[in-house]
Amino acid sequence: MPLASAITDLEQLKGHPAVARLVGWNPSAVEGAKFDREEMTIYVERGSIREACAVLREDSACPFDFLSDVTCVDWYPREPRFEVVYHLLSIPKKERVRLKVRLNSSNPVVESLTSLWPGANFFEREVFDLFGVRFSGHPYLRRIMMPEDWEGHPLRKDYPVEGYR
Amino acid sequence: MAHMTPTPVLEPAQDRTMILNMGPQHPSTHGVLRVILEIDGETIVRLMPDIGYLHTGIEKTCEAKFYQQVVPLTDRIDYLCPMTNNLCYVLAVEKLLGLEIPPKAQWLRVLLNELTRINSHLVWLGTHALDIGAMTVFLYCFREREEILKIFEMVSGQRMMTSYFRVGGIALEPPLGFFDRVRDFAGYFPEKVDEYENLLTGNPIWMMRTKGVARMTAEDAVALGATGPTLRGSGVDIDLRRDMPYSSYEKFQFKVPISQEGDVFARYMCRVQELRESIGIVRQALDGMPEGPIKADAPGIVLPDREKMKTQMESLIYHFKIITEGFAVPAGEVYQAVESPRGEMGYYIVSDGTAKPYRVHMRSACFANLQTLAKMCEGKLLADVVAAIGSIDIVLGEIDR
Repeated sequence: MPLASAITDLEQLKGHPAVARLVGWNPSAVEGAKFDREEMTIYVERGSIREACAVLREDSACPFDFLSDVTCVDWYPREPRFEVVYHLLSIPKKERVRLKVRLNSSNPVVESLTSLWPGANFFEREVFDLFGVRFSGHPYLRRIMMPEDWEGHPLRKDYPVEGYR
Repeated sequence: MAHMTPTPVLEPAQDRTMILNMGPQHPSTHGVLRVILEIDGETIVRLMPDIGYLHTGIEKTCEAKFYQQVVPLTDRIDYLCPMTNNLCYVLAVEKLLGLEIPPKAQWLRVLLNELTRINSHLVWLGTHALDIGAMTVFLYCFREREEILKIFEMVSGQRMMTSYFRVGGIALEPPLGFFDRVRDFAGYFPEKVDEYENLLTGNPIWMMRTKGVARMTAEDAVALGATGPTLRGSGVDIDLRRDMPYSSYEKFQFKVPISQEGDVFARYMCRVQELRESIGIVRQALDGMPEGPIKADAPGIVLPDREKMKTQMESLIYHFKIITEGFAVPAGEVYQAVESPRGEMGYYIVSDGTAKPYRVHMRSACFANLQTLAKMCEGKLLADVVAAIGSIDIVLGEIDR
């Protein structure tokens, strides 16, 4: 089964409920989209991720009411370096969508989703701990996996994997 | 940053409350979980779980391994359901590669996954009952679990860390007598579930300790990211096996047990009924097991058979290349979720086109489920914390990774 190539043209992807909803809400908040291996990815402008999630959550046709996962990918040394990845699930419609926010290494801050989904709390703490991405408006942004006095963020690509500390 | 507090400390908010530390070494926390409680007499004012004691950096380790070498690591994040983690990981890699898996391998994966679910639920039931004070159930559950572990040993050579699935299929043809042994187990297991239910379901002490305890509404459960029986116990009807089927689950008939009450008893009933449904799926898998190969036809990715390797030059070369260099995976990313015994287990894998994953993230069901503990316990009695922890069914290895 050969892989179909990814579709990145926003016009072609407007059939997907999440893309249609977000473009209809605020076209400048959508930086791009990708449909690859049966999965939809939407790149959201960094300042509007919380509002974009609120819009998707309250959508009457296909409410993405469940936050499955928050994580991050480090593309060091490329800029923008960090991609924060959100996976949303629609429990009534059984649809998934992936939202991504790109962040520069100089000031990796993004708005927290804890006001929408309190369950984002642990996930965002984990990303903060292991990548050093900060979430503004998070109620308790402290390390969760590593000890409090640990230096550095282990899942960054420039973190040494051998040698003594 | 040496001036920072070494561990989180909760300060009492009022004069009349005190801070109580539970764990990290406590028999009822099912691993090294520390729970910090602020209590007013017997009532809990605030509750904060403190995790990370078992963090081993598995996600970082994965980035240094070939795709196939990650499979044994996935066993080790959750020692109660190794096959579920194996399955989720290999499905994600197969989706990245665009591989088609032969029916027999898919059905065997389903069969082993349901045995894993039974195994995991048996350990949960035994230890949960033990926490609440019913000792006998523990011994009964471990008796049946032993048989499942023997079946796993028969098929994979290992009781717990099975690593039996491969990208593109499964490792080996099951040995002679395997299906008879599973059929035998599927035959007598439902009676054993009756036995556990006789001990617990109608038992007045059990009902007093579980009914109406640690309640959670459906809205709270969804907002906190709960999945699996923790979510279905609050009346939300979602099961990924039925709703977003993978590995041929759409060909099996089973019910998804739901309870509306949202208390410890509701979550208990969900899991006990799942035991019966799972054994039904095992029977269907045995009866309808298709014939055919157990590995995909993908020479550069799937290891060749031993026999071919000894006689055909081509196979020997492929074998050598796969072992020494791994196989390259086309660039891209996937998120694959399966219904593990504890909820939505998801793997998010990013490939940059090389033979090693660029990033592997495990979405752990317990990690999200644990956040519901504060909601369940705050304002309730101290003695019920143990029942609430047991009812979430946590595995700390999976939470800390």
